[in-house]
Amino acid sequence: MEILLSALTGLLYAGGVYLILRRSILKFIIGIIFMSNATNLLVFLSAGIVPGQPAFVDDTMKDAELMADPLPQALVLTAIVIGFGIVVFTIALKYKFFKTTSTDDQDQLTNTDA
Amino acid sequence: MTETGLPILLPFALIIVLIFMRSTVSSRWTGIVGALLNMIVAVYLFLQLRHDDVLVLQVGGWEAPYGITLALDYLSALMLLVTALIVLVIAIYAFRFIGDRPGYSKFHVFFFSLTMGVNGAFITGDVFNFYVWLEVILLSSFVLITMGAKKDQLEGGIKYMTLNLIASLLFLAGIGLLYGKTGTLNMAHLARILINDQQSILMNTSAMMFFVALGIKAAVFPLFFWLPASYHTPNITVTSLFAGLLTKVGVYALIRFFTLFFVQDVYFWHNLLLIIAGLTMVIGGMAATIYFETRRILSYHIISQIGYMIMGLGIYTPLAIAGSIFFMIHNIIAKTNTFLVMGIVSKIKGTFYLKDIGGLYKERPFIAILFIIPAFALAGIPPLSGFFGKFILIKAGIEDKHYIVTAVAVLTSLLTLYSMIKIWNEAFLKKQPESTHLPSKVKLKISEVLPSVILALASVLLGLLAAPFFEWTLAAANQLMDPNVYIEAVLNKIE
Repeated sequence: MEILLSALTGLLYAGGVYLILRRSILKFIIGIIFMSNATNLLVFLSAGIVPGQPAFVDDTMKDAELMADPLPQALVLTAIVIGFGIVVFTIALKYKFFKTTSTDDQDQLTNTDA
Repeated sequence: MTETGLPILLPFALIIVLIFMRSTVSSRWTGIVGALLNMIVAVYLFLQLRHDDVLVLQVGGWEAPYGITLALDYLSALMLLVTALIVLVIAIYAFRFIGDRPGYSKFHVFFFSLTMGVNGAFITGDVFNFYVWLEVILLSSFVLITMGAKKDQLEGGIKYMTLNLIASLLFLAGIGLLYGKTGTLNMAHLARILINDQQSILMNTSAMMFFVALGIKAAVFPLFFWLPASYHTPNITVTSLFAGLLTKVGVYALIRFFTLFFVQDVYFWHNLLLIIAGLTMVIGGMAATIYFETRRILSYHIISQIGYMIMGLGIYTPLAIAGSIFFMIHNIIAKTNTFLVMGIVSKIKGTFYLKDIGGLYKERPFIAILFIIPAFALAGIPPLSGFFGKFILIKAGIEDKHYIVTAVAVLTSLLTLYSMIKIWNEAFLKKQPESTHLPSKVKLKISEVLPSVILALASVLLGLLAAPFFEWTLAAANQLMDPNVYIEAVLNKIE
C-alpha cells in the first residue's frame, strides 16, 4: 500500500509540474492543485501507514507501537484546509483577471514589465 | 509566560473589531491605535527578556514537544520590535495614502492579518506552526497586492502568486520529510535530536526543500523573479509594507533553521550560502541600474541587500550573525523609508517614472533631506545605520578569511550608491522636464510626512547608538550560536 501511494505521489508531482509549465493560467492552477495533493500525500505517508489501528489511546491499548501516528493526519487536515482556501482565492483571482483582460495566456502578462 | 501570545492575540482581536467597522475614518484611527498597542506589546516583551533568556509559552498547556510552543528569544524580540515600528508608520501612512479609496475599505483587516502572520512567524517554536503563519502572511498579502483590482494589480498579483505558492508546497513537503526522519516538529526538540546526528546526508533532503522554499520567500538569487515583477503594481502603502517585512520573514527563518537544527553538513551549506549571497548582491544591484521606475530600482535593491544578510549566515561566526541581524533591522527601516518617500514624490509629481520628475531639491528641500537619509543609510555612509551593518559583516568576513564574498560586498555598496545617486540626480537635482503634465500644487499633510520622519530618525539613531544596539544583536547571535539555552528553556520538563 505504501509503495502504491508513493508511486501515486510521484505521479501527481509529475503531472503537477507538467501543468505548471503550461502557458494557460487555469492549467497552472490545476497543476498547483495536483502538487498540493501530492504534498498532502507525502506528509500523510511520512509516519508510515499502520492499517486498521486507532490513532487515539484508550484503556485497552497498551503498546504504542501498534497505534497509528495521529500527528501526520492532523497536519494533513490543516494543510488540506489551507490548500483549499488558497485554491479558491487563486481561482477567484483568475476569474477577475479574465474578466478585465479576457486572456488566459501567461505570455500576455507583460503590461507591467516596462 | 502567557504574555508571549499577545503579539498574535492583539492583531487577531483588531481584525475582529475591524471586520465589523463600516466607516473608513474609524477603521483608520483603529489602525493607528492598534499599531501603537502592538508597539507597546513588543517593547514590553523585549524588556521581559532582561529577566529570562527565553520566554516560552506552551499553548493550551500541552507540554513540548507534543503541543505548539511559542518561544521568544533576543532575535525574535528584536524582530517583533522592528515589525511593530514598521506597522506603526504604515498605519499612519495609510491614513491618507489609502484613505477612503474605492476597493480599499477592508485594507486594515488584511493589514493586521499580515501583522499577525509576521508576529506569529517570529515567535513560534514549531516548524509546522511556522508553515501556518507563512500561509497567513501569504493569503493576506495576496489580498493586499490585488486590492483595488485594477488590471496592473491583478497582473502583479498573478506573478506574485505563482512562485510563492510553489514555495509553500515545497516547504510543506520539507516538513513531511523532516517528520518522517525525526518524528518531531518542535524546533527545540529537533535541535536536541539532530545536534548529535552523524547521518548528515539524510537531513539534506529536508534542508534543501526548506532552503528553496525560504529562498523564494527571501528572494535570493535564482529564485527572486517574483519580487521585481510584482512589487511595483500595488498601492505604495502596500509596497512599503511588503518591502519592509515579507522577505525578512524568509531571512529570519533561514537564520533560525540553519543555526538551530540544520547544522550537520556545514561545509556544503555554508559555501552554498556564501555563493548565493554573493550572486544575490551583485545581480540585484546590477539589475537595478537599468531601470528608471523608482519602485523597480528599489525592488531590485531589496534583493541586493538580502545578499548581505545571507552572507552573515554563511560566514557563521557570532560576529557575522550579529552583523546579519543588525543589517536586517537597519534594512527594514531604511528600505521602507525609501519607498515611503517615493510615495510622497509620486504624490507631488503624479508619477514614479524618473524621467518625468525633477527639480524637487529646489521645490521641496525637506523631502530631499528625507530621501537622502535612508538612501545614504542603504549605501552605507557613516554615521548612518547601514555603515555599521556593513562594517560588522565585512569585519567578520575578513576575520574568518572569506575574502571573495567580502570584496563582492564592498563593491556592491558602490552599485547601491550608484542607484541612489541616480534617483537623487534625476528626481531632485535636474530641472523639471517641461513637457510633462504636473498635477496642481499639492499641499502635504502631516500624516504623509510623519512616517518618513520617524523612520529617518530611527536610521540616524541606529547609527549614532550603534554600540549599545550592537550589544543586543550580539546577544541574539550568541543565543543562536549556543542553542542549548533555547533547547533547555523549551524542553525543561523533559529528560
